[in-house]
Amino acid sequence: MTKRQTPRRQDAKLHEVDRRAFVKLGVAGGLASLVAACGWDGGRLLRPGLLDISRVNDWVGEKILFSPTRLARTYSTAERSAMLPSYFISTMTPMLEDPAAWRLRVDGLVARPLELSLDDLMQLPRLSYTVKHHCVEGWSAIASWHGAPVSAIVERCRPLQTARYINFVSFDADYSNGWDMASAMHPQTILAYGMNDNPLPAAHGAPLRLYSPTKLGYKLTKYLVSMTFTGR
Amino acid sequence: MTDQQSPRPFARRHHWIVRLTHWATVIVLAGLIASGLQIYEAYARFGNRGGPYFVSPFDGAQFPHWSRLGGWLAGALNWHFALAWPLVAFGLLYLGYVVRSGEWRALLFRPRDVRGALEMAKYYLHLRREHPPQGKHNPLQKLAYTGVIALGALAVLTGFAIYKPTQLSWLTALFGGFQAARYWHFWIVWIFVGFTVMHVILVFAVDPASLRAMLTGWYRGRFPSHD
Repeated sequence: MTKRQTPRRQDAKLHEVDRRAFVKLGVAGGLASLVAACGWDGGRLLRPGLLDISRVNDWVGEKILFSPTRLARTYSTAERSAMLPSYFISTMTPMLEDPAAWRLRVDGLVARPLELSLDDLMQLPRLSYTVKHHCVEGWSAIASWHGAPVSAIVERCRPLQTARYINFVSFDADYSNGWDMASAMHPQTILAYGMNDNPLPAAHGAPLRLYSPTKLGYKLTKYLVSMTFTGR
Repeated sequence: MTDQQSPRPFARRHHWIVRLTHWATVIVLAGLIASGLQIYEAYARFGNRGGPYFVSPFDGAQFPHWSRLGGWLAGALNWHFALAWPLVAFGLLYLGYVVRSGEWRALLFRPRDVRGALEMAKYYLHLRREHPPQGKHNPLQKLAYTGVIALGALAVLTGFAIYKPTQLSWLTALFGGFQAARYWHFWIVWIFVGFTVMHVILVFAVDPASLRAMLTGWYRGRFPSHD
């Protein structure tokens, strides 16, 4: 009698667990499809968590994967892509009213603030390279760029000990990007005034844009007006 | 009554780690695929700008709204980069368990399983009448389960190749470059989807008892639970 009952009891219990697990699974599946159907960005509940993880990923990228000395692969000019799309925030291509009056302001936590004309920048050491451009959207294109290394500016403005980031600001709807010092000091990070052997076109950020093959396109601020050293 | 309906006793088949990682992977992978389809929309082809482009039936495709997660590119990237870590963690937890417990022996497809796999294929193609004798899993199952783990590893590696094409340029080069890595990363999705469809069909068609086993750990079906 007892022996017979044992498996039956076990059976009943298992059915119960089975059903409970199945209902849970259904609820999870239902939620998942609801989430997908809404094009959900995480909402008020989950989005902050996703952004926290994103910050952890940034840390992994900057402190573990990034090398301040490893150089990105360069290509021959014959490998240039037929086209490289250009993006800006404003509705029309941002252009200066008086290009001759344009200056790059270097300020913030520096011993020596600077105001540099395009001629001043061209006096600095010049770096040219042909590299692959990676867009966050997933496309890529090869192009040549030339300009002054950011490290040459840093040498001249002498940032304070407390400076840890540089904020690059554009005249394109005040678009700006923050850079950590190690990325900015990478030997291939330049302030580019030329592209594909020509002066920088308006569509690609004339008169001056930030360029580096180690970062995605949206980090490479175009239409520069200032770089501010911050401790943030 | 109960005894007549269930000639075999219940056997413990799946450890809780196996069940947890199995179902967690289902959810995480669904989220990764849905956010991946949203990311794909931003540049729905493979190849450097201006070409040449890789051959793909999904060139310029936009996937249905219900299949996409994140709302837009950045929202989808947030999901994708957040869910990538749990996929790696559950994958390593699972591998750690099957290696430590010795269960890998019943799962890993090895050269000696080739003959058995052919016999099993014959059976499915009705070229052989009797179901070949098997242990916990038949050789075709071993092939599928080994293959899907390898596929998961490839998904993670091609993912890193796309994530950091400059810092991990050696890995990106291994897959043939940035656009090629995107291409493989994308195709892996469809192999995963194909695997899942076959997997679910076979569970219900061949061994429905295995669904309960994957949920509760207990199995009372027609196959042995040990080799």
